Amino acid sequence: MQKAVETVQTVAIRFAGDSGDGMQVTGTQFSDTTALAGNDLATFPDFPAEIRAPAGSLAGVSGFQIKFSSEEVFTPGDAPDVLVAMNPAALLANLHDLKAGGMLILNSEAFNAKNIERAGYATSPLADGSLSGFKVYSADITGMTLRAVEELKLNQRFAVRCKNFFALGMVYWLYNRDTAHTVKWIEEKFRDPQLREANLRALKAGYAFGETTELFDHSYEIKQAKIKPGRYRNISGNEAISLGFLAASELSGLNLFLGSYPITPASDILHNLARYKHLGVRTFQAEDEIAAICSAIGAAYAGSLALTTTSGPGLALKSEGMGLALMLELPLVIVDVQRAGPSTGMPTKTEQSDLLQVMYGRNGEAPIPVIAASTPGDCFYAAIEACRVAVMHMTPVVLLSNGYIANGAEPWPIPDMSKLPRIPVSFRTEREGYQPYSRDERLARPWALPGTPGLEHRIGGIEKQHLTGNISYDPANHEFMSKLRHERVQKIADELPPLEVHGDPSGELLVLGWGDTFGAIRAGVETARQQGHSVGHLHLRWLNPFPNDLGDILKRYKRVLVPELNLGQLVKMIRARYLVDARSFPKIQGQPFKESEIVLAIKQQLEAN
Amino acid sequence: MKLNVYPQFEHTDPSTQQRKDFVTDQDVRWCPGCGDYSVLAQVQRVMPSLGIPREKYVFVSGIGCSSRFPYYMETYGVHSIHGRAPAVATGIKATRPDLQVWVITGDGDALSIGGNHFIHVLRRNVDLKLLLFNNQIYGLTKGQYSPTSPVGKKAKSTPLGSIDYPLDPVSVALGANATFVARSLDVAANHLQGVLKRAAEHKGTAFVEIYQNCNIFNDGAFDLLTDKETKSTHVLELQHGKPMRFGKDLERGIALGPGMRPRVVECATVTEDELLVHDETSEVCALLLSRLQAPEFPTPIGVFRAVTRPSYDTLMEEQLEQARSFKTQSVQQLLDEGQWTVG
Repeated sequence: MQKAVETVQTVAIRFAGDSGDGMQVTGTQFSDTTALAGNDLATFPDFPAEIRAPAGSLAGVSGFQIKFSSEEVFTPGDAPDVLVAMNPAALLANLHDLKAGGMLILNSEAFNAKNIERAGYATSPLADGSLSGFKVYSADITGMTLRAVEELKLNQRFAVRCKNFFALGMVYWLYNRDTAHTVKWIEEKFRDPQLREANLRALKAGYAFGETTELFDHSYEIKQAKIKPGRYRNISGNEAISLGFLAASELSGLNLFLGSYPITPASDILHNLARYKHLGVRTFQAEDEIAAICSAIGAAYAGSLALTTTSGPGLALKSEGMGLALMLELPLVIVDVQRAGPSTGMPTKTEQSDLLQVMYGRNGEAPIPVIAASTPGDCFYAAIEACRVAVMHMTPVVLLSNGYIANGAEPWPIPDMSKLPRIPVSFRTEREGYQPYSRDERLARPWALPGTPGLEHRIGGIEKQHLTGNISYDPANHEFMSKLRHERVQKIADELPPLEVHGDPSGELLVLGWGDTFGAIRAGVETARQQGHSVGHLHLRWLNPFPNDLGDILKRYKRVLVPELNLGQLVKMIRARYLVDARSFPKIQGQPFKESEIVLAIKQQLEAN
Repeated sequence: MKLNVYPQFEHTDPSTQQRKDFVTDQDVRWCPGCGDYSVLAQVQRVMPSLGIPREKYVFVSGIGCSSRFPYYMETYGVHSIHGRAPAVATGIKATRPDLQVWVITGDGDALSIGGNHFIHVLRRNVDLKLLLFNNQIYGLTKGQYSPTSPVGKKAKSTPLGSIDYPLDPVSVALGANATFVARSLDVAANHLQGVLKRAAEHKGTAFVEIYQNCNIFNDGAFDLLTDKETKSTHVLELQHGKPMRFGKDLERGIALGPGMRPRVVECATVTEDELLVHDETSEVCALLLSRLQAPEFPTPIGVFRAVTRPSYDTLMEEQLEQARSFKTQSVQQLLDEGQWTVG
């Protein structure tokens, strides 16, 4: 008998298991399939730094949350509606987030005495009534997976590993998803025919189980979202940033060079770009963070579009190199995929706490432009813009991303390369009147490549004389050059488009954000406005320089609230620069903002006084 | 399709180049009597003979007295930050194999703050010429002991003498599997020129340690090796394929004793074939020579090791070529991967 289908608007699911259980693969597959089904979505992979923590332990729990909807989606969801927990530790680590009355899908086989104790439960949560507030669907996922692949006579260890696809199959049935995309993925991914067949069987068995079991009396359907017609793909921030640099290379005609040292969560950019050698991309895995930036400086000097990618601790090591790039006035993009700090901090957890480091963390007066990407897809455009400014203004530029958007993914309208504006590049070749530190209208110096006859010159980190670039210790010249370097950054603001405020253009409260908090703030502001509050949302892309119209916009509101995943960094810069009483809304838990937290903060601001 | 934005040039005819073409208009600001003057002069003498247009040279340095060197060369030059010159130079050479890149560094720059980059550039065998001016002291910071100063060195930061054992740059370079390793002396003009020429012609990282006198903070550190009266008994000049002999009348030599221990012998007391013969292609020979330390042994100068191994920049170019021949793909095609259409 055909089971009933219930239509719902929005669902958030969290997959949780051991870090070796394949939860990231499961989540990614579900996301891709959901995107193909025409829903809008946002994802949040959340995993430990340990590659394989002891099986069944709390430290090893890896999670992947996805929210999908027939409406527009800004965040991966506050509290999941469904939790798939592959073992007791995964249940314990995630249950507190599950919505009251939410659906709980458990792998009963893993709830044995050993795992229950290892997770830290005194009694079995399946038996002690502690899950009574939820809809519990407990199934022997491991056992059924083993039976599904029995004929293949696989080694037990490999057979058990297929259980994530069984679970995925169940959830596919539950949400009326087509398994075709995942079938194709498994066929391409697994070279070993036995493993390929085993995973396919597990997936199909899971789907069939959903269909036939008495556990589920109906399935769910989420209608297609009203998405603008066009071509789409799923993209994570690290993928988008990598493709953005490739695009910038094509748009400028410059060869791409990346000097990098592996660091979480930035390494994927190095991995991605290393695969594009056929497009002329040179990647250099340096011996350390310092060599990474210094090699990029050398490449920029020699005429490449040069990049270095890192995260907070690596950025600290690059500080002196950034100062050198600034003094040499060479184009260089420094990507900081921020993570929770200080020191090693929490490498796989997100934060926005490097803003003041990139603004001020260098010796001397050392202004460097700073741009921040706001969503996974936006990383593509932010990367191109960082390159454009670096090349046109002959300056290092910091591009801020963070763990949340770097690893999170969203459906993304595919850009048409032929419609993106070119990045103009001109190398100095004319001998007559050449001076290494002469200036154009943007105050950029000429880019004269080694190998150019007649333009032999020397540059370095020592203060240089205006125009000639010769070493200079002249007091007045140093003050002049220091101010000029500051002015060079301010010049960038003259070419920025006007800021766009979402929601109320003036009134009670402006919520001012930057970077990855975009989704949560936009969703929170929308909710507050629907509840009748007068609120605007302004999201900054350039943090140095501030756009020229920012000051006027701030003054149009009675209050300014600045939510940040730090203890209040942008808010300091805003207060210092504009003398407005901007209030900080900090969160520093290694987790992104929830929409509900933003709504609450907005209400508290509006109720103050 | 990518634009071609890189300009093409008609290059200077190298046969017309003279020493003066490599001299800048900047006043040289080393202390009068510094060994750096001699090294600068020898480099400028060698340059015109190498057959490379002036505009293709890039001199890269770090921080320290020697690192002012690029300002005095009428070529392209980058005076970078402390210890990092090999990394900057790697970025230049890896992206522009057409350039001839020289790195100028000192004992502090290369072996203290930049020790990491030093060993890695050597193991990668990036096609650079790396000149290490070793004066066994920190000059620019006004006289602290360096990682090559002998134990017991009394300097500003070690009033009772240093207690840490020095590094031998040649041994470190050989340990990092350098393909070309040589040593010379600042004032040995002809010898230095010969070594520099060999280094320039080597494809890969060519490492040259140059003993250089700091007449302000460590005067006379190499007197025994440069003084007319003493040098012949304290210097072992290496020549490929020749027995290792030294002394006024080449009356002494190096032989191997029990336990593979080198020993100094009087040539008259041994047969010719008991003397060690220098072989630049033998790793063991180079390692052994690098461990000959005064006062027990004479100090070897010349080319310790010269072998061929593909350079990093060449391998990188080959990988790009190979990748291009396997796969053609546009950025748009990459963007389109995994696409679906709505509406």
